[in-house]
Amino acid sequence: MSPARGNKYMTASPATRVLGVVAVAAALLMALLGLIVSPADVVQGQAVRMLYLHVPSIWIAYGAFVLTAVSSALFLIRSRRREDSGRHHDRLAGAAAEVGVVFAGITLVTGMLWGRVTWGTYWQWDARLTTTVLLFVTYLGYLALRRLPADPMIRGRRSAVMALISIINVPIVHFSVDWWRTLHQKASLSVGRRPEITGEMYWTLLYSTLAVTIVASWLIVHRYRVIRLEELRDEEALNALIASRLREDE
Amino acid sequence: MLHEVLLIARKDLRVEWRSKVTLGQVAPMGLLVLVVFAFAFDANTRLLELGAGGLFWVAVLFGGTLLIQRAFEVETDDGNFDAFRMSTIRAPSLFLGKSLGIFIQVVLLELVLGPGIVLLYNVRIDDWLLLLAAALGGTLAFSVCGVLWGVMAAGTRVRATLLPLLLVPILAPVLLAGSRAFETAFGVRAEAGWTWASLMFVIAAVHAAVGMGTFGFLLEES
Repeated sequence: MSPARGNKYMTASPATRVLGVVAVAAALLMALLGLIVSPADVVQGQAVRMLYLHVPSIWIAYGAFVLTAVSSALFLIRSRRREDSGRHHDRLAGAAAEVGVVFAGITLVTGMLWGRVTWGTYWQWDARLTTTVLLFVTYLGYLALRRLPADPMIRGRRSAVMALISIINVPIVHFSVDWWRTLHQKASLSVGRRPEITGEMYWTLLYSTLAVTIVASWLIVHRYRVIRLEELRDEEALNALIASRLREDE
Repeated sequence: MLHEVLLIARKDLRVEWRSKVTLGQVAPMGLLVLVVFAFAFDANTRLLELGAGGLFWVAVLFGGTLLIQRAFEVETDDGNFDAFRMSTIRAPSLFLGKSLGIFIQVVLLELVLGPGIVLLYNVRIDDWLLLLAAALGGTLAFSVCGVLWGVMAAGTRVRATLLPLLLVPILAPVLLAGSRAFETAFGVRAEAGWTWASLMFVIAAVHAAVGMGTFGFLLEES
């Protein structure tokens, strides 16, 4: 996931530039399909258009958090074997969590707006809303832990353990809150179940999921490279400091 | 292993006994929280009675978070984790020992808060067995989660603010289950109180297993 040779301080490479153009085009087409081509829903009216962003966003958020957990596990395994190894897994975990938090935030905002129009209120203590907000805050905590000033390996191990515990906790939170109360409509798209929406709406939602996935992938690649550059900056600053102290001693 | 666990717990409790922070500061603060809740609900006795279960666990969360912070401050301020790393005590034993220490301190806090809600909120207890089981499960879950996240925030300059941010979302199912189980025990809600109580034991077991497996990683860096 490194940028092209000779571009040590850049986050773009020819491949990611292409990916970026594809992501922007995909997002524009998604806006066209969602806002113009797709019809209004009989029951939900124009509010249904919010779902074209809301549903893919939560899929991406869950996917990003799973990627964070998998990368964290790989980081722990690699760094256990050899010190200073597997840092790219740690960077990928951090990048995925950042993007996951952004999309979880988008899910919450679009969900609240949709709720205001459909349910008549911004917030209901419904199982999925509550689970999502807890998930959002959990990963905000994860990002706060990653921001603490510390040796990258130390910080990486702490964050990795937190990522693993957080993902284990997701079903527990979901189960407990689901049991508490459920008001949310059933999933619009689900593997192995007949979808609740059909026709242009179904295809728009399916396409939106693909478009949002491309955008999220693009963001993760760039965030990964920004994290790498931040580490590089810190290392170079430290080396410069050591060199200046050595010169003073001479 | 049991010997090591008891050794660590005894050390923590001895430190606590000498400083008297749990009984002298945290427990009165917990009682104060119960009084403040009455201000928030405009001393509406019916509302307080209905919400007593949840308010009890929120007060435990406030007080317990302070206890966890303190349990790790005494270690990191004097660099005790370095001593632990050099000692022969294994990481899982240290995790369980610290959890046991916190568990006993939180039980003491609950022994003050329990009569507090009975007297202040006019609560009547219908099912003592469920109440005790829920208190045991919730306290176990709180202790193991607290130690797991406490060590993560330990040694950082922002630990006072970081610990609640990390701890509260993880403890949300415990707060929820504890509240519902207590409400059933108080007879204000006809629900599956025993199932909620069981959920807390499951959460405690899951986090205890994760804590025993990962505490070594976290201890290396504290």
